[in-house]
Amino acid sequence: MVSAELTLSSSPATRKRRRRGVRTLSGRDIAVLSAMIGIPLLGVLFFIWFPAVATVFLSFTKWNGIGGIKAIHADGVQNYVQAATNYPPFWPAVRHNVLWLVVFIVFASPLGMLFAVVLDRQIRGSRIYQSLLFLPVMLSLALIGIIWELIYSPNYGLLNNVIGRNGTHNLIDWLGNPHLNLWAVLVEACWRQAPYVMVLYLAGLKAVDPTLREAALVDGANPWQTFWRVVFPVLRPINVVVLVITVIESLRAFDLVYITNGGNNGLELLSVLITRNIVGQVSRIGFGSALGVVLLVISLVPIVTFLVFQLRQEKRR
Amino acid sequence: MTAATPVLHRTQAATARPTEHKTPIGRIGAHVFLIVMTLLWITPIVWALYTSLRPYNETSKYGYLSWPRNLTFSNFTNAWKQADMLHYFWNSALITVPSVIIALVLASCVAFVLSRFSFWFNIPLLIIFAAANLLPQQVIITPLYRIYLTVHVPTFISSSGLLYNSYAGLVVINTAFQVGFCVFVLSNYMKSIPHEITEAALIDGAPVWTRYWKLTLPLCRPALAALATLLTTWIYNDFFWAIALISSGSKRPITSALANLQGQYFVNQNLLAAGALITAVPTLLVYVILQKQFIAGLSLGSSKG
Repeated sequence: MVSAELTLSSSPATRKRRRRGVRTLSGRDIAVLSAMIGIPLLGVLFFIWFPAVATVFLSFTKWNGIGGIKAIHADGVQNYVQAATNYPPFWPAVRHNVLWLVVFIVFASPLGMLFAVVLDRQIRGSRIYQSLLFLPVMLSLALIGIIWELIYSPNYGLLNNVIGRNGTHNLIDWLGNPHLNLWAVLVEACWRQAPYVMVLYLAGLKAVDPTLREAALVDGANPWQTFWRVVFPVLRPINVVVLVITVIESLRAFDLVYITNGGNNGLELLSVLITRNIVGQVSRIGFGSALGVVLLVISLVPIVTFLVFQLRQEKRR
Repeated sequence: MTAATPVLHRTQAATARPTEHKTPIGRIGAHVFLIVMTLLWITPIVWALYTSLRPYNETSKYGYLSWPRNLTFSNFTNAWKQADMLHYFWNSALITVPSVIIALVLASCVAFVLSRFSFWFNIPLLIIFAAANLLPQQVIITPLYRIYLTVHVPTFISSSGLLYNSYAGLVVINTAFQVGFCVFVLSNYMKSIPHEITEAALIDGAPVWTRYWKLTLPLCRPALAALATLLTTWIYNDFFWAIALISSGSKRPITSALANLQGQYFVNQNLLAAGALITAVPTLLVYVILQKQFIAGLSLGSSKG
């Protein structure tokens, strides 16, 4: 807290000094600065923000990609109407994305937090536990999909062999059955997400001022109360980051279902539908863009939350 | 209240903290919980390793869930040769290495300006960069796909003359997509470096480039190392960009090539396990050697304030 006040009290002076810094720039310095900002900025604007805006524009048009830009013609909200009423995989995909998000929020993130809290108690071997739990975060999602196929495979998989359902009559097809496969894949996703959240919380917990806990202990709080009433509120910045990551990751989900079965038969996700409509034989650019806009609108919620939170912290500094 | 530096150093301070819980029941409970969870967590990897080490004729005779009679590395050598994995690893290197270097150079430039000058556009700039990294890739893929089919580049960059289906195209998008995150992390890190160091150089009349290259960057080595580790892993692990923007299977990096290799060459579980584990080797090396850097990188992105 002291450091915060110090920065506050010294900020006018720093600002004045910095402004002078700007004024003393030579022409060459200004050219260098422009290039330092300009090149990365142009790259990000052209390859990220231009496509993001173009998606919105294209979603109101009809274009199959043939005949250049002149062949694009306006189509109103037809793409959206069609997606909602005449495109069978759309609503299942929305449902699956929502379910993905819910599972991440109510299961993966709390589990990761629990790992972090237990590991943070300085018990013996905590580094070993941490390293082993962390292993899945290093692996690509495509690889995770394959590793889990060895578990879920109906005949050869570990799971069916252990529970005795590997005979020809009582097979459980974990990844093939459309009522089961999303849950099976969600287990894979949580297997990676929980340790990811764990690492974020571990860093946050280490930064918590130990005197806070001591004070709470002296005041007679039990560990449960200490965590929820003292530590958890202090972790607010981490909580925001975890929430943002959780939402974004569940919107981005693609690799696991794609490697498992291409995102069909119970594993439809918005991301897969978008890709399917633009890559491959039939290119329905307007329609694919409309699906992209749906994803964009949802993702703006966590993005704006994150930015507002960060900027407020920036100001407080 | 500074962002990044304390996280790197605070770990030592934390170990000095006395153990909180006094009850042995709590301690035993924590150990039991962690042992069970850890065993559960490593089961898929251990199982993949076990499967990959067993000869196919043995597992087809006794089943996969059986005691080993022989263990062999032949699945690994077969997977490696049959699927020509070296070729895909080379593709991965061609894409990952330039992407990481370019992203870090560009991001550190922007971060330097954001942290050392107070221009009116600092905040909008930070938003443009930070938010770019948060968009789901699929939001931009439709127009990006068309751009890649339209933009012409010299043939020494891409043999087809297009960004589509070229290594350069993947380098570009991986760089553009990751640069935002690096700007965010590095600008926070640079803000935590005392101004006095660069101010002193200003009095000596050092030009901007010197202040950036000779004074600021060397001080950012820990953050750069952490980010390089993180980016290498992320870009190596990328699946989506290569699936969407590379049409010929032979140009795909190893991670997305897995989708094709899976059915084509890895015809049984043993080969599949071995092939999959081979692709994990680079990230496992990072995990063993640079785990601290990797975790520091993740923490840099999140512990702010």
